[in-house]
Amino acid sequence: MAEAVPVRPNIYRDPPDATQFSVVERPLGLWERAWNNGAVRKTVLLLTLALVWQLYALRLDNPLLIPTFLDTVRAFRDAIVSGGLLGKAWYSIRILLIGYAAGLALAALLTTLAITSRIGTDLVETLTAMFNPLPAIALLPLALIWFGLGTGSLVFVLIHSVLWAVALNTHSGFMSVSNTLRMVGRNYGLRGLPYVAKILVPAAFPSILTGLKIGWAFAWRTLIAAELVFGVSSGSGGLGWFIFENKNQLEIASVFAGLFSVILIGLAVENLIFRTIAARTVQRWGMQG
Amino acid sequence: MDIAQADAAPARTEQAGTAGTPLLDVRGVTLQYNTREPLVTATWRVDFQVLRSDRFVLLGPSGCGKSTLLKAVGGYLAPVEGEIRLKGERIGRPGPDRMMVFQEFDQLLPWKTVLENVTFALTASGKLSRREAADKASHYIAKVNLSGFANSYPHTLSGGMKQRVAIARGMAMEPDILLMDEPFAALDALTRRKMQEELLQLWDDTRFTVLFVTHSIPEAVIIGSRILLLTPHPGRVKAEIESLPHGHADAKQRGELEDSIHHMLFADPGAAATEATHG
Repeated sequence: MAEAVPVRPNIYRDPPDATQFSVVERPLGLWERAWNNGAVRKTVLLLTLALVWQLYALRLDNPLLIPTFLDTVRAFRDAIVSGGLLGKAWYSIRILLIGYAAGLALAALLTTLAITSRIGTDLVETLTAMFNPLPAIALLPLALIWFGLGTGSLVFVLIHSVLWAVALNTHSGFMSVSNTLRMVGRNYGLRGLPYVAKILVPAAFPSILTGLKIGWAFAWRTLIAAELVFGVSSGSGGLGWFIFENKNQLEIASVFAGLFSVILIGLAVENLIFRTIAARTVQRWGMQG
Repeated sequence: MDIAQADAAPARTEQAGTAGTPLLDVRGVTLQYNTREPLVTATWRVDFQVLRSDRFVLLGPSGCGKSTLLKAVGGYLAPVEGEIRLKGERIGRPGPDRMMVFQEFDQLLPWKTVLENVTFALTASGKLSRREAADKASHYIAKVNLSGFANSYPHTLSGGMKQRVAIARGMAMEPDILLMDEPFAALDALTRRKMQEELLQLWDDTRFTVLFVTHSIPEAVIIGSRILLLTPHPGRVKAEIESLPHGHADAKQRGELEDSIHHMLFADPGAAATEATHG
């Protein structure tokens, strides 16, 4: 058996020094470089959508149903210059931020309770199962009775729409923290709040961030819908009121402009705020690609 | 059930003389796992004593409760019977006086750099101020040859490098005892060899006390100064033997010791002699 295999000499080589290699590189063309940029790709996408809109509206030729893209942009500009759209948007955003912050604070409280005791876990699971499917708008009539017309009832329904989504995501994030990391944290002698803040929160951050995004979107939907419902009797309404008012006057282009600003704010928050948070946290830590 | 006493303990007496009372005293410890239905007994009345500067190895096939025993020493699990004392004090809960090095690569906090991981351990446990912690952390990171990666995030490191950070973190805390749970088991053979040598070098430097869990006989012989053999289902002490002095043992002696350990662990005809024993 063995003699069938010829004896081969050992081979020794001196690999050349790595510094001798020149880096092989091909300069990318302008188009390639632009296409590698996510912002450019998305801009192209948005422009295409705008073009489709414009062409369809022109063909339909019925500004009461669908105004053209350019008409909408014009109405948007006019509303900013003379219609006080910015002020209305700020009014909405201010209430939104109050409700969002309060919802987050309550969610933090609830989830901390949930991981520190078993009865707390049961409480959060039961409450979330009960209230998460309940649309915030369904609570609006009650809120109006309890808090009257105005900021109070809006903040109440906002809290309802933010709280459960964030609590659910944060809680499931905490539950899926690896056992090794938990043991490491306890090994340092951390317990109670420092343990939650320094180990569980960062370790569960991918889920928490998802919860924050969902909560933000829910809050927007709820706010605009709520303003539409009782915008009629509230003098200084926000974006929902702006949309409602213009619909009553059949200024459909302005209605579109109102929707447009909701979309713009949503895009800005997603791309500027949440993307920055993700880049600085979960992506940098290698928890998410 | 007769707990076999060590038959060969030549270098024992002088070590025991300097230390007096054992650093870690495990007496009659029975550990049980409460898995839903059947109550699993992981170890049954295990005794052993670890002296200062011991490299104490818990060796046995899978299912002998060695990792469970280590977790109990770590304070993550309370014994149903017997007691574990560190420096005469009963172990109640996890604490920074017993630093763990786990097998898993995910033991480093992914949101902190290498340096921050080690520093955070020191500040979170309230051992040192931020400034002192950073100095000490850099010192130990240099000891495991990772100074160049101090500002890297864990996900950019290889498995061996992550384990080195975990070891640096454990040593920087200067615990009474370092608990290592198969720290090299998930590494490739070449890296594992290198890490074993590095660990012994570190021990030569600082003479820390380590309790080391492994299922590999060659690793136990290389790392350990004293080896506790455990039999599986449930884990019981089979023997506690002196290992070879590290550095100047020839391959023949080593082979003989490994063979005798193998014989002791798998003496029962029923036991699977084919159990993997990679080094």
